[in-house]
Amino acid sequence: MRWIYGMLLGFGLLGSPAWAEYDVHAIGDAEKGAKVFNKCKGCHQVGEGAKNRVGPHLNGVFDRAAAAVEGFKYSKGLQRAADGGLIWDLEHLDAYLENPKALVSGTRMSFRGLKKQHDRANVLAFMRAYSDDPQNIPEAAPTAVASEVELSPETLALIGDPEYGEYLSNECTTCHQKDGSDQGIPSITLWPAEDFVIAMHAYKVKVRSHPVMQMMAGRLDDEEIAALAAYFGNLE
Amino acid sequence: MTLNRRNFMGKGAAVAAASLAAPMVMADGHGGKPRVVIVGGGAGGATAARYIAKGSKGEIDVTLVEPTRQYYTCFFSNLYLGGFRDLSSIGHTYGTLASEYGVNVVHDWAVGIDRDAKTVSLAGGDTLSYDRLILSPGIDFVEGAVNGWDISAQNAMPHAYKAGSQSELLKAQIDAMPQGGTFVMVAPPNPFRCPPGPYERISMVAHTLKANNPTAKIIIADPKPKFSKQALFQEAWSNHYDGMIEWIGPDFGGGNVTVDPAAMTVDIDGEVVKADVCNVIPAMKAGRICEIAGINDGNWAPVNGHTMQSRIDENIHVLGDACAQGDMPKSGFSANSQAKVAANAVRGALTGSKVFPAKFSNTCWSLLDTDDGIKVGATYEATDEKIAKIDGFISKTGEDAALRKATYEESVGWYAGITADMFG
Repeated sequence: MRWIYGMLLGFGLLGSPAWAEYDVHAIGDAEKGAKVFNKCKGCHQVGEGAKNRVGPHLNGVFDRAAAAVEGFKYSKGLQRAADGGLIWDLEHLDAYLENPKALVSGTRMSFRGLKKQHDRANVLAFMRAYSDDPQNIPEAAPTAVASEVELSPETLALIGDPEYGEYLSNECTTCHQKDGSDQGIPSITLWPAEDFVIAMHAYKVKVRSHPVMQMMAGRLDDEEIAALAAYFGNLE
Repeated sequence: MTLNRRNFMGKGAAVAAASLAAPMVMADGHGGKPRVVIVGGGAGGATAARYIAKGSKGEIDVTLVEPTRQYYTCFFSNLYLGGFRDLSSIGHTYGTLASEYGVNVVHDWAVGIDRDAKTVSLAGGDTLSYDRLILSPGIDFVEGAVNGWDISAQNAMPHAYKAGSQSELLKAQIDAMPQGGTFVMVAPPNPFRCPPGPYERISMVAHTLKANNPTAKIIIADPKPKFSKQALFQEAWSNHYDGMIEWIGPDFGGGNVTVDPAAMTVDIDGEVVKADVCNVIPAMKAGRICEIAGINDGNWAPVNGHTMQSRIDENIHVLGDACAQGDMPKSGFSANSQAKVAANAVRGALTGSKVFPAKFSNTCWSLLDTDDGIKVGATYEATDEKIAKIDGFISKTGEDAALRKATYEESVGWYAGITADMFG
């Protein structure tokens, strides 16, 4: 956490002249951070029009209380951390990005973490631009990218049958845990239906590489994928 | 015809009415609910109990008969031999099935089945009536399959192919091997429980010996010309345990074995080897209760893949290792997958709930060394003849370390997932 120490120096707490001109917002290199953010994009949006997807949107995340984005269903683990007073300040964001599960056990954020300090510094610098105080969201295009697979509007509009989804989910829950916890195998609960559907189709057409998931998705039709999305999206 | 509950149930068209009518018609002490008895509390039986109880929301009486109070999974028991898991971490109890799902858990042995009366008799003397019976007893060994070995020799020469005390025994014997000693495995013929199991075990034993006893030798006498994930295992054996492991296939007499548990010797095609530890894994058959029920054809109980119903008695479903179903390997994953199909069919037959088409899948992970995991898997569908393979995949030789580590971590996640799926 040496760079945070650097930040404190930058804020003048230790007042060295060498640090006096240090830009307090220059956590890292935001341009490089935009590239690091590609790892986050699968689940998180940031920028104008950003919406909650698999993960909550990240506008204004700096200094916000944990588990506070409206309309997002947080894990019990993250709610517990919020009840304990977790605030997403620089230090805690850094620790979370280094190892999400070490900071918040039971989080559904299925991400191994950024082990390299400069990656964290850069991505935080990038995200910082979307967290000005007051929280004016800059006029930047949303970073959400075109989806991995092109699906017809009809496919995306299918409303799945959760009862059928529950039956089909029996195959998923041999590996994926229903309570949303994940160890070695990602959580698939409470995703927005569209993200779930796109992910499954991406496996089906082998845009996503995992062989087990390619096989499982490969024999599900559009209705079945929609049914699973409906079921897993609303699990308590 | 007198309308009684037994012939009233099971008639597909009448079942919706049955769940309403039964309590009034019947008053024989169980509230008129349809009854399911499940024999065997492993990956097939525990999963079936949980899914039937959960899905029927109290409309079906579920009784699970399982002799052990603490159940040790066979899957991951090799990791215990390799020092990657504690035995306690692969032990599970049935308290949640009883308390949260309302399953009547009976710790006893099923010793008799009367298919006409639809009853199961227990070693303790009790008798259970059923409308549907699910048998998921796992495996027993074929008597006389390995010359010189019978169940009385399992302390001298453990099989460790039913996890628990046998696993502990084998681990203790490996730990007590003299430096430079010899470990011999007598591998089983097809078909058997967990096709990669013996070879993952060899990898785990080698891992333990490499650390504690690096001059030790491992010999496998195998009646099969090839085995599951062979190229992957053999690559790992030469990369991680070079020179330690000798595999003797049938071409070199690996199928012609006689053991002497008193002398601790193994005769492999005329050559007598002195063994410090000898792991005998005999040929297998369906758990004996299937034979007692009279539903076997040869060593296994044939089933209809659409519902997992016995081909001989439609009131009995057979799951997991014990059944002959077609293309699926005998594995915990398969049994868990089959149990969900059976649970759906049983609920449909007894309460008129919606029955969906059968889908099956399997994945088997094996650990080769620290952070070096591999997997093989497939999806299956039910045809009228059998459960047929649709599609599959297997890890490749020469994969990079990061992928192998992720595969191992995935297997750890799968273990947590499937045991939660079985025991709640």
